[in-house]
Amino acid sequence: MTRIVVIGNGMVGYKFCEKLRASAPASDFKVTVFGEEPWPAYDRVHLSAYFSGATADDLLLAPRSWYEEKDIDLRTNELIVAIDRDQKTVRSHTGVETSYDKLVLATGSGAFVPPVNGVEKKGVFVYRSLEDLDAIIDFGKKNAKSAAVMGGGLLGLEAAKAVMDMGLDTHVIEFAPRLMPRQLDEAGAAILKAKLEALGIAIHLSKNTKQITGNGKLTGLDFADGSRLAVDMLVISAGIRPRDELAKGCGLSTAPRGGVVVNEFLQSREDKDIFAIGEVASYQEMVYGLVAPGYEMASQVANQLCGKEVRPFLGFDMSTKLKLIGVDVASFGDPFGEAEPSTSIVYENKTRGIYKRINVARDGKRLLGGVLVGDAAAYGILLQMIQNKMPLPPDPEDLILGARGGKEPVGAGVESLPDEAQICSCENVTKGAISNLIERDGISKVDEIKSCTGAGTGCGGCIPMVNDLLKQQLKAMGKQVKNVLCEHFDFSRQELLDLVKVKKIKTYDELLNRVGKGDGCEVCKPAVASILASTWNELIVKQDSIQDTNDRYLANIQKGGTYSVVPRIPGGEITPEKLIVIGEVAKKYKLYTKVTGGQRIDLFGARVDQLPDIWEELIHAGFESGHAYGKSLRTVKSCVGSTWCRYGVQDAVSFAIQVEERYRGLRSPHKLKGAVSGCIRECAEAQSKDFGIIATEKGWNLYVCGNGGSKPQHAKLLVTDVDSATCLKYIDRFLMFYIRTAEPLTRTATWLNKLEGGLDYLRDVVVNDSLEIGEELEREMAFMIQTYACEWKEVVNNPELRAKFRHFVNDTNGDPTVSFQEMRGQKIPAS
Amino acid sequence: MTTKLEMYKTADNSKITTWFKAAPVSALPENGGACIKYKDLQIAIYNFSRRNEWYACQNLCPHKMQMALSRGMIGSEGDEPKVACPFHKKTFSLRSGQNLNGDCAAIATYPVKVEEGYVYVGFED
Repeated sequence: MTRIVVIGNGMVGYKFCEKLRASAPASDFKVTVFGEEPWPAYDRVHLSAYFSGATADDLLLAPRSWYEEKDIDLRTNELIVAIDRDQKTVRSHTGVETSYDKLVLATGSGAFVPPVNGVEKKGVFVYRSLEDLDAIIDFGKKNAKSAAVMGGGLLGLEAAKAVMDMGLDTHVIEFAPRLMPRQLDEAGAAILKAKLEALGIAIHLSKNTKQITGNGKLTGLDFADGSRLAVDMLVISAGIRPRDELAKGCGLSTAPRGGVVVNEFLQSREDKDIFAIGEVASYQEMVYGLVAPGYEMASQVANQLCGKEVRPFLGFDMSTKLKLIGVDVASFGDPFGEAEPSTSIVYENKTRGIYKRINVARDGKRLLGGVLVGDAAAYGILLQMIQNKMPLPPDPEDLILGARGGKEPVGAGVESLPDEAQICSCENVTKGAISNLIERDGISKVDEIKSCTGAGTGCGGCIPMVNDLLKQQLKAMGKQVKNVLCEHFDFSRQELLDLVKVKKIKTYDELLNRVGKGDGCEVCKPAVASILASTWNELIVKQDSIQDTNDRYLANIQKGGTYSVVPRIPGGEITPEKLIVIGEVAKKYKLYTKVTGGQRIDLFGARVDQLPDIWEELIHAGFESGHAYGKSLRTVKSCVGSTWCRYGVQDAVSFAIQVEERYRGLRSPHKLKGAVSGCIRECAEAQSKDFGIIATEKGWNLYVCGNGGSKPQHAKLLVTDVDSATCLKYIDRFLMFYIRTAEPLTRTATWLNKLEGGLDYLRDVVVNDSLEIGEELEREMAFMIQTYACEWKEVVNNPELRAKFRHFVNDTNGDPTVSFQEMRGQKIPAS
Repeated sequence: MTTKLEMYKTADNSKITTWFKAAPVSALPENGGACIKYKDLQIAIYNFSRRNEWYACQNLCPHKMQMALSRGMIGSEGDEPKVACPFHKKTFSLRSGQNLNGDCAAIATYPVKVEEGYVYVGFED
């Protein structure tokens, strides 16, 4: 049994273990892994998700139990301090020595901290590990209103997103005259800068930081050009420095700019039994700071050790596509067109913030590289064209301009790729491998492709292509992928909603007759009822037998078969007079009363025949339905806000009332809850709501898709510092988009989790209007608002509808089995 | 308390002695149900107008002993007519009374006839 020691349990170290265990029986290799951090390997690429609510566990690549199952001895919290190449042992900080036959260095890199005076001051952080992040979050919450990020490259902008998500005034400081100097050309970087500035991030270019000022704790930065910037916090993310100190300590060569010098088999120069992979390896003076090349190295070494034939590592394509703070950025092949004579084709649209550049070989036959900012949809296919040396179309500009004049784009579809085209570079998955899965194994979901091949599980950049490939392949096979409602409708909720709209269908029976089969059921009836209500907003009790019982009787059924009554109290604000009315009604009908979690009052224990009488009195006093019974807007909770609270910065109550009255009665796939907090202290708990609004000095921050309940989820920040009108506009769009596209009984949180592209995509649709449906969504919402009517008012005033509220149709008495007992002076159902 | 399950026994069509005049047809919503009182029993009647069929069963859901089946949504599973209890969506065949999506006790069913605009439910006593 060969003894393998892996130093470093980061993404690449983990990948090595995974590949090794997948390629050979566990009995061939005894594997020991040392990690200095307290937790197993986590996803460093998506570290900024930690700021928007992901937990350390969410980020883990595999739980501890995985290592146990794979018989890998994982030693976290253990730092290796020395390698003895003669004895073939490594020694940890506790003095324990472990022997190896083969040693894999996967120590990765640390943050590069430039030599600036004052980096030791309080409030200065690096952005690298979960521990760094915890420290940043802790400090930022307590001590900072503003933060600067040193470094305008890929990592720096990731860090900027993180501090922006914390609600801090964000500054980015870059030494070079443009952002992302290694990936973007000047024009592309300028577009990115404009987009980030529009989001409220201040960008400072050509800034050489001379001094970090402050007495003990930093207060600002002094630059070489004499300018200064006052900030409460500094996050350094200016590059990486390979962790090659162990290699140096045992006499292995390292490169002048850091990294263990390796050959094309990732072996150190002096010792063939020591490998270096990932960011600690330097191949021909190049350190590869991306995850895909690191994974490639890990697979290669694992294969070598298993005795498989391997391709030598001869460098790696550094093409990359990512979403930076909501802006798509891609850089691929030779982005600057400098490696060989080339001609560039450039498209720039400053109004929409789009820049596209492709570099074409002089002979006009091959694509060499390019840059995309603002719209990187073409990235996958352009990269494939380079890697597979595919011929260019006659008009190469079609590649970035798309179809014009009715022409289909040439050669820009996934179908034109050869089978050997690599779709996922992190996991080295080819188009052929994915096609086979779909064709032979009948796989029809992206998730299944991910778990079978690993495609899309690394950086995630290839998921759109995997999706396209799946769709195209299934279409070619004559299959349709469908999410059907139930046995009575071969359509998804979204398709049914479209059918209802297009065919102007207003009743369930008509829909069932025209596009359904069978006699309906408890799944499709309320789902269609919701669709009809969300489209036509007609009185729901007109079709009472398709409603779930709560909507049929406009009240919430409770234990024992009685109902509860909840009048709307917008924003939780109520006059003493109205409070007295509720009390008197409760007393008269002997109802149990309780304050709800949504800042209103619930009256329990009403018999079905009492409901219209109770509501008649409530409506007379100026109340209206609270829709507590519906899959619809419930409440918009508020804190007392700036009118009373000494901390409040906006009038949260007035805005909550405005928002609640705007969306009252809105039927949706599931219930909707909102909240407005008057300041950052967040007393209204807005971040646990479907839409939460938090006041800032400048306006409102809008959060979406939060959820309490059995699986709580924090709402995600959609936009910051918008005025009230803009905030309402975005909520209009968000809610209507959700209503249009969610599956039945799916809360916004689950909907977002399943939404391809996630929050960034949602922001694109709602804020950037990428689908160009913004106005349409607003129009639809305006219709819902205009046609709102209180259902209870209609019922109370309509004798025919009122007559439906009785327990027996052949007896005027109520249900004789209903009985109560007493608890703390009120009635509760008898047990 | 009259919510005793054993009070409800599926009526055998051949042994019906009483046809109880329950309610005018107009009292029953189309493709929906309502509850009637017969002696100490609560009976759910369904006007399954889409299939031009009538059904009756106990109003008591055996799952959590709630008087609620008459307020449930009706529909079909394959060809089997069914009702879903509004409390926890247990579904029962309106023909056999069997629980279709779990292992609750079966519900009692009763024959229904419609004559001259009135709905009658058959009982053995």
